[in-house]
Amino acid sequence: MADLEAFRGEVQRWLAANAPASLKGYTFGDDGDANWGGKKATYAVPELKQWLDVMASRGWTAPTWPKEYGGGGLSSEEAKVLRQEIAAQKLPPALIGFGLEMIGPTLLRYGTDAQKRQHIPSIVRGEIRWCQGYSEPDSGSDLASLKTRAERQGDHFVVNGTKVWTSYGDKSDWIFALVRTDPTAKKQDGITFLLIDMSTQGVSVRPIKLISGKSPFCETRFDDVRVPVTNVVSEINAGWSVAKALLGFERNMIADTFGASRGGSSERRGSRLANLGRRHGLGEESGPLTDPVLRDEIARCEIDERAFGLTIQRSRDAAKAGHQPGPESSIFKLYGTELNMRRTALCVRIAGPQGLGWEGPGYDDEELDLTRQWLRARGNSIEGGTSEVQLNIIAKRVLGLPD
Amino acid sequence: MQLVLSEDQELLAKTAADFAAERSPLARVRALRDASDPIGFSRPLWKEMAELGWVGIPFPEAYGGAGMGVSELAVVLEALGRVLAPEPFLSCVVLGGQALLRAGSDAQKKEWLPRLAAGDALLALAHQEKGSRYDLQRIDTRARRQGDGYALTGEKIAVLDGAAADAFVVAARTSGNAADAAGISLFLVPAKAPGVRAVRQWRVDSRNAAVVTFANAQGALLGREGEGLGVLEEVVDLATAALCAEMLGSMSEAFARTLHYLKNRMQFGVPIGSFQGLKHRAAWMFTEIELCRSAVMGAVRALDAGDADARKLVSLAKAKCSETAILVANEAIQMHGGIGMTDEHEIGFFLKRARVAELTFGDAAWHRARWARLCGY
Repeated sequence: MADLEAFRGEVQRWLAANAPASLKGYTFGDDGDANWGGKKATYAVPELKQWLDVMASRGWTAPTWPKEYGGGGLSSEEAKVLRQEIAAQKLPPALIGFGLEMIGPTLLRYGTDAQKRQHIPSIVRGEIRWCQGYSEPDSGSDLASLKTRAERQGDHFVVNGTKVWTSYGDKSDWIFALVRTDPTAKKQDGITFLLIDMSTQGVSVRPIKLISGKSPFCETRFDDVRVPVTNVVSEINAGWSVAKALLGFERNMIADTFGASRGGSSERRGSRLANLGRRHGLGEESGPLTDPVLRDEIARCEIDERAFGLTIQRSRDAAKAGHQPGPESSIFKLYGTELNMRRTALCVRIAGPQGLGWEGPGYDDEELDLTRQWLRARGNSIEGGTSEVQLNIIAKRVLGLPD
Repeated sequence: MQLVLSEDQELLAKTAADFAAERSPLARVRALRDASDPIGFSRPLWKEMAELGWVGIPFPEAYGGAGMGVSELAVVLEALGRVLAPEPFLSCVVLGGQALLRAGSDAQKKEWLPRLAAGDALLALAHQEKGSRYDLQRIDTRARRQGDGYALTGEKIAVLDGAAADAFVVAARTSGNAADAAGISLFLVPAKAPGVRAVRQWRVDSRNAAVVTFANAQGALLGREGEGLGVLEEVVDLATAALCAEMLGSMSEAFARTLHYLKNRMQFGVPIGSFQGLKHRAAWMFTEIELCRSAVMGAVRALDAGDADARKLVSLAKAKCSETAILVANEAIQMHGGIGMTDEHEIGFFLKRARVAELTFGDAAWHRARWARLCGY
């Protein structure tokens, strides 16, 4: 404990000396504006890049990763202290992305030493931005039916096919993709996990416009793309287990996004939903909201968020106490996304006539953002395994119900 | 606050689960009901539970208790909830006992608590009145000074285990009007005192509840005059969290029985649990029960720690458990099909208890409204 408090002091002194003061209280417009890194990165203010670089220089963008690959080498307790101190200073995240959350942890578990040396340090420094090549036009929930082919030619694979819903594919440098290397095997057994440099000839990316009007997702085509065999993670035809491990990291990330950040202490600073209501004619500055039905729905939403936050905490506390992950973790993706969809839809209804705006005049930025967030959230129960797939997994793996 | 059972709590949970399975099969609840048992629970079993130390869990060692908290009590109540055991924990250990512990003089505590913890005396809390619903300050029973003590007049309803109690902790008005927050005082009234009459009520879960009338009944003041409401709120919060733990056990068991049925009931030549229309509903029930478990753990730990958040977490737990208990009980009947509608099958007992528990100490909507009020909207 004393060591941890000494570490806290060190973090505080370091942040005071190195964190750009102008970033205190800085918030990104939405997910898409955050520090994702990569060769095509843009920064709204130069301090954001400076913040990324100083954090990366200590490996603190990936605090728990091993030092030999550029990580921070911190224990999970130390990493928590670091997060707390950054939050206390109201500093924005120095770096986010699928490198840190998905492919990094996967490579640390399954990658060769050469692969780790090639990719991990550039993830930590935010130099390379990664995207995910899983779904295909004909392979959504039935992911293992994917058809993108990789045919061996000497020490290369030649890849042909189409991936879809590649988040930020147009802004990414590398893609981790599932490809079919044995079309004769049972569908899960002929899949290989492959790392592909998107600047290779034959890779093309087309953004897809969504109902929110934004285009965070892309379609990525591969036409005779040559990929070195050394870019296979784990064994050839053993990609399905790597893919599932990565989906586990992805669902943790989603749970973090929708659960850990909310329902904790947030209501102590006043209910954000109720305050939104007060700004939109649902009551005076204090006292009960004037619409009892919306008041009840706000309470229901906050109660469920807090109960979800407590469930994530229970899962973590059990892990810290040395218990195996319990069945409760299987509900995180399902419940976290359903909650976010309810919250964003509720926000639009609380805003009422001001919750309908597509663009100005007559609507301010916050109101327009509510519309976009509501529409964007409809995808939460589809991406990363639909809610129905999650329910199938719970029924089969946790409850043991028969096929 | 750590949301994980300590080793001691794990051990307690195991002991309680073994005891519940061995000594309290659901057939016992059915037999008590069929016999129209006047008290609706077993005094010998209550004595055994006291000897195991469970009745004394939330009382200081100085008064014969174990000096533990509601977290430990919750562990026992969850296990007993699985078998719908009707013994008077909520009424005696939490409502009556904790009110006396908080408000009583040292002499009053010495007189009652050691016997209570030993399973030899029963206390009940008489606070609810017709039309007061879940509002603790809506009290019309009057107490006026008479000699050294007070004389109480009024009618209380739904007094849990009121048809078995040796004495009542009674909330009565020493001043003010029916809905005022001020002017509420607590009194200790022996069940045998002249002017006290307890009449057993018969509710759908067959548990002991009573209408208790006081006609100029002599009572001794508990705590200070006019300061009863705070104590009342505190003990009802404790009892609400304890009830949630019991509900968690009951819903978990109803779900486990339903899951077993889904895996074994054959229709169309396959187990009905292979149908996606039932699988997804089962997975949702599982999800909601997991949230209830976290909510209950959060609430009891916050109460034990005296967290500023504790009242909100109690409302959170009761809102979640009320809705989930009804969801699971309704689905349990539906998934059992026709057999679930018969009295012969045990699953119906879970529905009946779930409904009573839902409507005790405030239902889900009432607790969401309280959450909103506590959050300032």
